[in-house]
Amino acid sequence: MADPPRMTEAEAAAFRRRQKGRNIAMLLVLIGLSALFFAITIVKMTKF
Amino acid sequence: MRMVACHDSDVRDWIALLKPRVMSLVVFSGLIGLLVAPGHLNPVLAFTAVLCIAIAAGACGAINMWYDRDIDALMRRTRGRPIPAGRIEPGAALGYGITLAVGSVIVMGLAVNHVAAGMLALSIAFYVFVYTMWLKRRTPQNIVIGGAAGAFPPVIGWAAVTGSVDLIPLVLFAIIFMWTPPHFWSLALFANDDYRRAKVPMLPVVAGGKETRRQIVIYTLLLVPLSLAPWLLGFSGPVYAVAASVLGAGFLVSVWRVATDRQDATGVSLTNDAPARAAFKFSIAYLFVLFAALAIDHCVGRIV
Repeated sequence: MADPPRMTEAEAAAFRRRQKGRNIAMLLVLIGLSALFFAITIVKMTKF
Repeated sequence: MRMVACHDSDVRDWIALLKPRVMSLVVFSGLIGLLVAPGHLNPVLAFTAVLCIAIAAGACGAINMWYDRDIDALMRRTRGRPIPAGRIEPGAALGYGITLAVGSVIVMGLAVNHVAAGMLALSIAFYVFVYTMWLKRRTPQNIVIGGAAGAFPPVIGWAAVTGSVDLIPLVLFAIIFMWTPPHFWSLALFANDDYRRAKVPMLPVVAGGKETRRQIVIYTLLLVPLSLAPWLLGFSGPVYAVAASVLGAGFLVSVWRVATDRQDATGVSLTNDAPARAAFKFSIAYLFVLFAALAIDHCVGRIV
């Protein structure tokens, strides 16, 4: 089987840029969810 | 490190999978259901409920784009979407959609209540299985029956506060249900070539432009009196009644222009469907303003 084509320098840079963007987005989602679940827990605990 | 050329996605592609424009109307109508419901819900839990409705709607969008990737590639309007454009793998989009759908229902059940979670699960199942997989490619009534999926959010919002489903949220459900055909068929009139190419049996493809315009008028004639039901049932006051009447009159004028559009013998518009484009835009504003009026009326009613 032939090797897949290699990326050019510019393509590799664009790939890393998009990868970094996805990682940052994932981090923000995780921080947001942690904060939300913490807030929900506090609300539920103060109810009882 | 050796790097190979491959298709790659941007964060915007993953957001596009959630159909954010559709999501905005869903979130808004869900929020209205939550605002007008009797009772009180902690703001954190209210935010969670709206977030779950938004995420579930996005999940439906992602699963829909996974299922419809073959026809999306054929339509001008949709061929740039992440899956047909090759930026996201179909399997990844499906996994993303299922994860968000299941996650939103679980969080709604744990944080808010089980009735709201059940309604949310029902709306997802209806959109994915009944509309996307069953009706969309089989019958010109696809968006009439499938419209029920988009009508769920106010019921879910209401259930989040009250833990039950009453007559008023069902009236709001019926309003969105009746609004959907004139809204979508206006779009279908000017996107007719796309739907024909993709062999999606939208009403203009199957029955032609003339019949579609007639059906748009019929559904709008049913919608306008129905939109007054919250006032007739004593749930809302004069602010809403006036808004619903004015908006209804505007919508009727708009669809009347669609019905009387200059057209050839086969019902094809000679004006590039300008009235249908205008009616489509008006229909979106109609629902936003109508529901906003309901919430404003409700706030006024509480203050006075």
